[in-house]
Amino acid sequence: MSTPLLIAALLVLTAVAYVLGRRRSVAVSAGAGGIRNLHSLPSYYGSYAALWCLIPALLVLALWVAFRSTIVTELVVRDLPQEMQQLGPDRLGLVLNDVRNLTSGNVVSREVTPELRAAADHLKSLERTSAAAMAVVVLSLGVIGGGLAWRQISPRLRARNRVEAIVNVLLIVASLIAIFTTVGIVLSVLFESILFFRTVPMTSFLFGLDWSPQIALRADQAGSSGAFGAVPLFTGTLLISGIAMLVAVPIGLMAAIYLSEYASREFRAVAKPVLEVLAGIPTVVYGFFAALTVAPLVRDAGVALGLEVASESALAAGLVMGIMIIPFVSSLSDDVINAVPQSMRDASYALGATQSETVRQVVLPAALPGIVGSILLAVSRAIGETMIVVMAAGLSAKLTANPLDSVTTVTVQIVTLLVGDQEFDSPKTLAAFALGLVLFVVTLGLNVIALHVVRKYREQYE
Amino acid sequence: MNATMGTLSDAATGVAGRADAMDGLRIRNFSGTVGEVTVANPRMRTRGVDVYYGDKHAIKNVTLDIGSNEVIAMIGPSGCGKSTFLRCLNRMNDTVEGCRVTGHITLDDKDVYDRQMDPVVLRAQVGMVFQKPNPFPKPIYDNIAYGPRIHGIAASRAELDEIVESSLRRAGLWDEVKDRLDQPGTGLSGGQQQRLCIARAIAVSPEVILMDEPCSALDPIATAKIEELIDELRQNYTICIVTHSMQQAARVSQRTAYFHLGDLIEVGETTQIFTNPRHKLTEDYITGRFG
Repeated sequence: MSTPLLIAALLVLTAVAYVLGRRRSVAVSAGAGGIRNLHSLPSYYGSYAALWCLIPALLVLALWVAFRSTIVTELVVRDLPQEMQQLGPDRLGLVLNDVRNLTSGNVVSREVTPELRAAADHLKSLERTSAAAMAVVVLSLGVIGGGLAWRQISPRLRARNRVEAIVNVLLIVASLIAIFTTVGIVLSVLFESILFFRTVPMTSFLFGLDWSPQIALRADQAGSSGAFGAVPLFTGTLLISGIAMLVAVPIGLMAAIYLSEYASREFRAVAKPVLEVLAGIPTVVYGFFAALTVAPLVRDAGVALGLEVASESALAAGLVMGIMIIPFVSSLSDDVINAVPQSMRDASYALGATQSETVRQVVLPAALPGIVGSILLAVSRAIGETMIVVMAAGLSAKLTANPLDSVTTVTVQIVTLLVGDQEFDSPKTLAAFALGLVLFVVTLGLNVIALHVVRKYREQYE
Repeated sequence: MNATMGTLSDAATGVAGRADAMDGLRIRNFSGTVGEVTVANPRMRTRGVDVYYGDKHAIKNVTLDIGSNEVIAMIGPSGCGKSTFLRCLNRMNDTVEGCRVTGHITLDDKDVYDRQMDPVVLRAQVGMVFQKPNPFPKPIYDNIAYGPRIHGIAASRAELDEIVESSLRRAGLWDEVKDRLDQPGTGLSGGQQQRLCIARAIAVSPEVILMDEPCSALDPIATAKIEELIDELRQNYTICIVTHSMQQAARVSQRTAYFHLGDLIEVGETTQIFTNPRHKLTEDYITGRFG
């Protein structure tokens, strides 16, 4: 029985357990004077039986699937001829690959010896046994679990509390998965970065002014100095993010003020979702919009003004990124402006202030921490943005503050370092992880500050 | 104006439902209000005011004078329209979506709802104190200086300092806050915050101060202080106070107006209203039979 089929069967079994559990609770309640004398509603008894049927079986299934191939391979290796077992791990892996190919009928890279054929047959039979045994074990566990729970059902069984306890555990597990994934990503980036910093000193990475990550493969190769000074990348990122914020903050903030203070309810109901659509446009679409429409426009405008503009400029990428970020600023700012109590506005109006005076002197100062929070979140979004800059800002790591020049960012370099074939012992590849770490630390810091600021603001009125 | 002042027969048809309660009483206008709605020296006058929130008729044909340097209390059960009426007087209802006001309201014989009248200027003349203290999350000094700054009342910093000090003194708050004018107004106690809001309203030198249940969020001691303050402020200002506490109305006001379901039922000297109400509904309310 294949695994998806097994899972389907298990789900059917769970449904049956639910129905039977529910029915039994109704049946036992008849002897105790009706459903009202049950501790919990019948559906809780059903859920109780169903959860006991499903969860242990599913756990065993997961463990089985996780360890199956390791154990099966181990058994196959043990049956291989002595001289094959003596091979190094790399070559043994090749042999095992052939064995697997033989079982699944693929092309085999070597001559099919009787030993190989025997190993393939062995593997095949082991896998078959494993699948059958898994099906039997899992389904019987489901039946046993559900059956035990079903037997327990009595008017006194606190099914509701038990179900809630199980649900509680499931919720904890779900949040732990998210947390552990984050921790895992951080650790993997961290360890690779440490490897990188073994070859390239941290100071020359953080403060070096020259970025040219090509490493000479042969001694006589030209132009491959392998310099890992990340400062041009940082300034490029800063430049583009800065341009983006110059676009996004005024427009987003003013849009938020209009939406929350001036717009009629009907207009707001339409305009706000439409503005948020901007956030839903895939960044790659923004990317070719930037590269094919905005960048030539910027260049032509520059030429008309007598300026020298690169065809891939920081300005084009920054402008488009700013447009992309507008909804982050406007939507969050709109929320915090709306959270300013109406009583503040009333107080100002009652003193004879006009609407714009009220907005400038009362509403915005009261909402300022929240607005700062939203801007910081937008900044971390801008720093982490990749696609637009890959397509519109160029690849040359120039140390420049000229927005008309082409620059590159941290994210773009990570992409270019990891596209294509890599060797994981080369600083060129590992540099991507170091850059990722820097990016992670910066955006994490910004997010922490932003969340802190927003939270502090919330306490003010509640 | 004459059109809104009705005759006895108008009143009889308009309010047939409570004709029995009004037997033998003098009915002064066609809205059917019992008692003397006009005064000798009015600061504000309202004639036939109706307020609608969308389809809801919140205030029905209210005619009432507010005399100079008097404290007039508006009482009545929740939802009777007394706060709505108060908010008409400085056009705060303009900020409420779907709110429509008809009729005439004048301040010193100038039409409040006239095209020429700027609500911003009006609100500087008719200040307001709200139910919940709502100081700005700014320093105490800036709270008071907010209005004068907007209206350009003070020519210099020294003058502004003086306005702040005198406003706080009049609100009886100066001694408590003079050493911490730079601290946020939101850090004061509830009663202090409300007095700060009164000082803030005074700072733009209004003629009328509207108070919408100014003590409902305060403890008895803070309430007593505010009531004392209201009595002092009467020397210089006209005060309209909406209150749920009949004792408070009796303590602070000279005249009392009783609202019921959007109608102004009865107006009179406070002592008369509380000792000898003429309308059955007023009597029921002040004797605690409902409300």
